[in-house]
Amino acid sequence: MSMPELRSAGESEVLDESGEAAAGKRIEGRSPWRLAYERLRTDRAAKIALGTILVIVLLAILAPVFAKITGHGPNQQFIDIGENANGGPVPPSGIFWLGTDNNGRDLFIRILYGARVSLVVGVLATMISVALGVLLGLAAGFIGGFVDTVIARVIDVMLSIPFLILAISIAYVSGPSLWLVIGIIGVLSFTYLARIVRGQVISIKSREFIEAARALGAGPWRIMFVDLLPNVIAQVIVYATLLIPLAIVSEASLSFLGVGVPPPTADWGSMISDASGFYQYGYWWFLFFPSVALLITTLAFNIFGDSVRDALDPRGAGIYV
Amino acid sequence: MIRFLVRRIGQSILVLVASSIVVFGLYFVGPGPDQVARTFAGRLGTAARIAQIKHELHLDQPLYVQYGHWAWGLLQGNLGYDYYKGQPVGSVIAAAAPATISLVLGAAIIWIVYGVFTGVISAVRSRSLLDRAFTASALFFYSMPTFVLGFALIWIFAYKLSPVTTFFPFHGYVSITSNPGQWFEYLILPWLTLALVTAATYTRLTRTSMLEVLGEDYIRTARSKGMKENRVITRHALRAALTPVVTLAGLDIGIALGGVIITETLFGIPGLGWTVIQAINQQDRPVILGITILAATFVVVANLIVDLLYAVVDPRVRLY
Repeated sequence: MSMPELRSAGESEVLDESGEAAAGKRIEGRSPWRLAYERLRTDRAAKIALGTILVIVLLAILAPVFAKITGHGPNQQFIDIGENANGGPVPPSGIFWLGTDNNGRDLFIRILYGARVSLVVGVLATMISVALGVLLGLAAGFIGGFVDTVIARVIDVMLSIPFLILAISIAYVSGPSLWLVIGIIGVLSFTYLARIVRGQVISIKSREFIEAARALGAGPWRIMFVDLLPNVIAQVIVYATLLIPLAIVSEASLSFLGVGVPPPTADWGSMISDASGFYQYGYWWFLFFPSVALLITTLAFNIFGDSVRDALDPRGAGIYV
Repeated sequence: MIRFLVRRIGQSILVLVASSIVVFGLYFVGPGPDQVARTFAGRLGTAARIAQIKHELHLDQPLYVQYGHWAWGLLQGNLGYDYYKGQPVGSVIAAAAPATISLVLGAAIIWIVYGVFTGVISAVRSRSLLDRAFTASALFFYSMPTFVLGFALIWIFAYKLSPVTTFFPFHGYVSITSNPGQWFEYLILPWLTLALVTAATYTRLTRTSMLEVLGEDYIRTARSKGMKENRVITRHALRAALTPVVTLAGLDIGIALGGVIITETLFGIPGLGWTVIQAINQQDRPVILGITILAATFVVVANLIVDLLYAVVDPRVRLY
């Protein structure tokens, strides 16, 4: 729903620029989106972070290509060359760029495939949270009364039960799988977003333009999604970019605890968990590379999210709840 | 004030009741009564034993009756019986709690002191090199998954530096009553792990809050009175700026007391988080239920205390 907004802002700007070139000097109004974009464009940290994210996405997409180049599948075991005499991992070399794991599998290829899991979970879980958070936040703020109370209490209950205990229990009872992990993280992390949206909606729903819309005969759905939503979308975007790294860490934590994405799927959390029994015997690469991959990814998303927040909300209202 | 108190406590109780229903449903509705009883009886359990456990747990009765029994026991402080360990859940929790409390309170002192200190410096020397360094390190540790930081610390301090110092044991827990020195040694790395991951938020929150307060009129008044800058910052600004920090600290400590699962698992600390993970792996339901409800209670009570403190600290907050 934000896209038409964004695009129209961008297009009008393009028109403005060409118009400006023709007419010489002209005072132009710049939309908040345009301002935010320009702030982002001059932010060096944001550019580096975004570049890093793009590289990670590219590497994840190209994982099969690298698998072909090296000739190593993600779950392929090389018992003869991928393990040392004791059956332990072998260090980085020309054959195994980042070494192997305890099962003689190529660590580099597995890290690339692991990036796919992290990114898919991060993005899909965030989409679920955003959808739920926006819907429930809008409903709670706009309808108010009983609906508001019920949603607020549901959120209270969800926040009172520890996330990991709940997630692990659900995963354990119904058997871990990728989709379950996405669902759990998505459904369990909409709460703060719903609260933010609700607060925003309450503060703007009594403004004149909403009254005007109502006077023009707009129904509640139209007011919620056409009039109110665009006014909270900036905060939603900010929070969503910061939710992605949280979701990635949650997924890695679940996998680390053994209830995330089931093996043999390559996954950073479970790779780190596997490595925990090996790194102290000199197999440092087994722990080091998956950890660094995970850290770089969350760091890049957090830096970018931070810059997006600075750009969209220069007053710096606290997102870190 | 009284009306607010009654209302707020009523709400908290409501939330706890709802949480207990959700948690109860998750564990007892899921796999079916026969399965539950069989699990508890163990592999060698006879049919009679299974029937007895079923009866003891009221599994042969309708769900709401089961919940009623469990909730009634809960109200009397009876968390149920742990069939795996052969002792009441209350004792299991009592045995695990000191480790978690030691871990959380120690870490909380570090993260609050460090977070507030760096936050104040960042705000007072805004845009300086130090500010940038603190902000960058905050973002760095905020992005760091707990287990990555934990392993990094273990690797560096316990393995790489091991010829230099054997000072950092990293697996296990010694209770403070049996050996305070060892208690401290064993907890250094877990404290650092938990504190560094958490402190980032405090640095940023203190910085934002301080910057806001430093722009207020009464700070200018204090300065123009000729008050020393140090005093302005510590006595006037910091006090006002700390309100959101206190709020966050209350909530974080409440959440962490319910079990710091990853840190405890990583360092082999037999606290509530470690116990609950073990219980989940064994599907030891009474223990999972007991710890989850305890954790929920911590969170709800922390929320309540924070709300009340807020009103006490900041007279502008109106209670209604």
